[in-house]
Amino acid sequence: MTMAPQTRTAQDQTAPGQTAGTGTAGTETAGTPAAGAAARAASRVLAEQIRVSVPERSLQLDLRAVSIVWRRELIRFRRDRLRAVTSLIQPLLFLLVLGTGLSSLAKGSLPPGVNFKTFIYPGVLAMSVMFTAIFSAASIVWDREFGFLREMLVAPVSRSAIVVGKCLGGATIATFQGIVMLALAWLADVPYSPVLLITLVGELLLLAFTLTAFGVMMAARITQFQAFMALTQMLVMPLFFLSGALYPLKGLPGWLSVLTRIDPLTYVVGPMRHAVVAHLNIGPLAQRALSPGITWDGWTVPIWLSLVFILAMGLIMMSIAIVTFSKTE
Amino acid sequence: MAVVAHTGPDAGPDDTVVRAGPDVSNGTVIPDGTASPDGTVFPEGTVAPEGTVSPGGTVTPDSPRLAIRVSGLTKSYGEIEAVRGIDFEVKAGETFGFLGPNGAGKSTTIKILCTLAKPTSGDAWVAGRNVRTERDAVRRNIGLVFQDTTLDNYLSGAQNLRFHAALYGVPAAAVAPRMRQVLEMVGLWERRDSLVMTYSGGMKRRLEIARGLLHAPHVLFLDEPTVGLDPQTRSSIWEYINDLKTREDITIFLTTHYMDEAEHCDRIAIIDHGKIVAIDTPEALKASVGKDRVQIQTENDEAAIAELASAFGIEAGVHEGAVTFSVPSGEQFVPQLFARLTVPVRTVSVSRPSLDDVFMNYTGTTIRDAEATGSDAMRQMAARLGRR
Repeated sequence: MTMAPQTRTAQDQTAPGQTAGTGTAGTETAGTPAAGAAARAASRVLAEQIRVSVPERSLQLDLRAVSIVWRRELIRFRRDRLRAVTSLIQPLLFLLVLGTGLSSLAKGSLPPGVNFKTFIYPGVLAMSVMFTAIFSAASIVWDREFGFLREMLVAPVSRSAIVVGKCLGGATIATFQGIVMLALAWLADVPYSPVLLITLVGELLLLAFTLTAFGVMMAARITQFQAFMALTQMLVMPLFFLSGALYPLKGLPGWLSVLTRIDPLTYVVGPMRHAVVAHLNIGPLAQRALSPGITWDGWTVPIWLSLVFILAMGLIMMSIAIVTFSKTE
Repeated sequence: MAVVAHTGPDAGPDDTVVRAGPDVSNGTVIPDGTASPDGTVFPEGTVAPEGTVSPGGTVTPDSPRLAIRVSGLTKSYGEIEAVRGIDFEVKAGETFGFLGPNGAGKSTTIKILCTLAKPTSGDAWVAGRNVRTERDAVRRNIGLVFQDTTLDNYLSGAQNLRFHAALYGVPAAAVAPRMRQVLEMVGLWERRDSLVMTYSGGMKRRLEIARGLLHAPHVLFLDEPTVGLDPQTRSSIWEYINDLKTREDITIFLTTHYMDEAEHCDRIAIIDHGKIVAIDTPEALKASVGKDRVQIQTENDEAAIAELASAFGIEAGVHEGAVTFSVPSGEQFVPQLFARLTVPVRTVSVSRPSLDDVFMNYTGTTIRDAEATGSDAMRQMAARLGRR
């Protein structure tokens, strides 16, 4: 492929003050009091030769597509402040109302000096990410309804680039939402230790990615917005309640124990609680009591395996979404 | 990446966009200064990709280069045959219109050409690429403006274009100048930073046209470019399209069911019930009718039709609420009509052949009547409101 330096046209040199094609040039043109000058600038722009070629599909192009789809998610999220605020309300309700309300009840079973809010904080963090991640996937259904999905699907880029961009975009904004919640750690008496914060952000990112991938996988098949929302709402609460976000995963009746081990959210809430508890100023025994770890038939699942498990799930669901989108149209 | 923003001092005003050829990656790049000023799709010296002119046929040096070639195309949806074996060719640089009532197979054809639907049988090439086997290559070389909007309302006009540029791999250095160019072309440069949701229907359509042009496609597909717009906006959209033809080296393929819009095309194909019934320039088609159209409103249409048949041997029918028939010379016929017709006549109108007559001549019905029996009631409403 050839790469020639961009050269200005002869007309450009006659009007050096208004170089074409940059954002500032536009405002200059718009601000020019003489309409004639603006018209001249416009006709010059129209007469300018710009060589445009659409290259063959390549990895580089696909990465550019991933990046633009990702950036669109961020732009849209930034515009939608209301959504950012409202999706904080439910986690805050759980933390402040439920956390405070149940704390006297839970006091007996918690080690001295440990707040019940601290105990449920990892679960609340997960929750704040959950809604945003799945909602961001809902935008695919929305895009389909408003036609924009078509603009993406007819483009000469691989469908996987679009799906990956969407998953990463959703993961990013959901993680951002989690970080806002993380900033409120003092509400739950969780220390602001850099190591802890970094660990939690990493785990939130993993969770956000997997949940978005799940949402995108669903959105690839479900074409109606209402149906998508109903289905995901129906799934979100059970996932949350079965994850051990509100209670320790020890001494549970058999049926509940099995269900909690099936819930993927368990494998993020567990490691997050482990990280939080490890940074509390309490003895190792108390730490073990608060965060006993996830056990499979007596075998404790290591933290790293939990996280690998989550990542693998996310990748599998994303692959399913890619296959589904590749088949459409 | 082949990024060359270049203007030769001798560049004419009519070739404002220079493309690298469709085979950039294969190393075929137009040497500077030989940018096809004659509006050809394939740069000089480049052998058109397989199947361009005629698959298995001969490519003669002076045969017109083709932007689209369709051969024996059919498309069925289950029992329904939407397209029933059509053949046509569109030369590079032409504006080619598909005219027909809703449900005639226009949209299905455009979908196949844009690789959004697979043909049931037959084949088609766009910009020298096969729509069945080279989907990506076709998509790189075409711009699309759909009937329904496909913009992101929550992004600004410029952001919508940037998104498109990235998806189509427009070289980074060319994005800003090209974006300005297409936005100026449709008169939206000043509004580029406003959210699309604040645009009017006409502005949105113009933005879509600008977006369709952004990656300098060889062929621009416009599926009912003015449907649902008010008459004033429609004519302004057409000003932009006509302007575009003089500025860009591009082939335009459009579908419409508005007769007056078909007049803007270099050539039109009349499609009815999934088949092409006539294909030529608007002038030639009108000349082929060779008759004036007379419409009369009478006290008793049935009696009038019977009398026309018995007294003049003319076959008339009721179209658009008036008795309609064709005669070689309308002005000379009207006095005779009054002299011999006993049914009271309320109004008379005589018109030169229009595309309406052409349509009637070839299909035996007017496009409006054809649509009245169609299925899409909403579309009919929109069409009726949009008309005159």
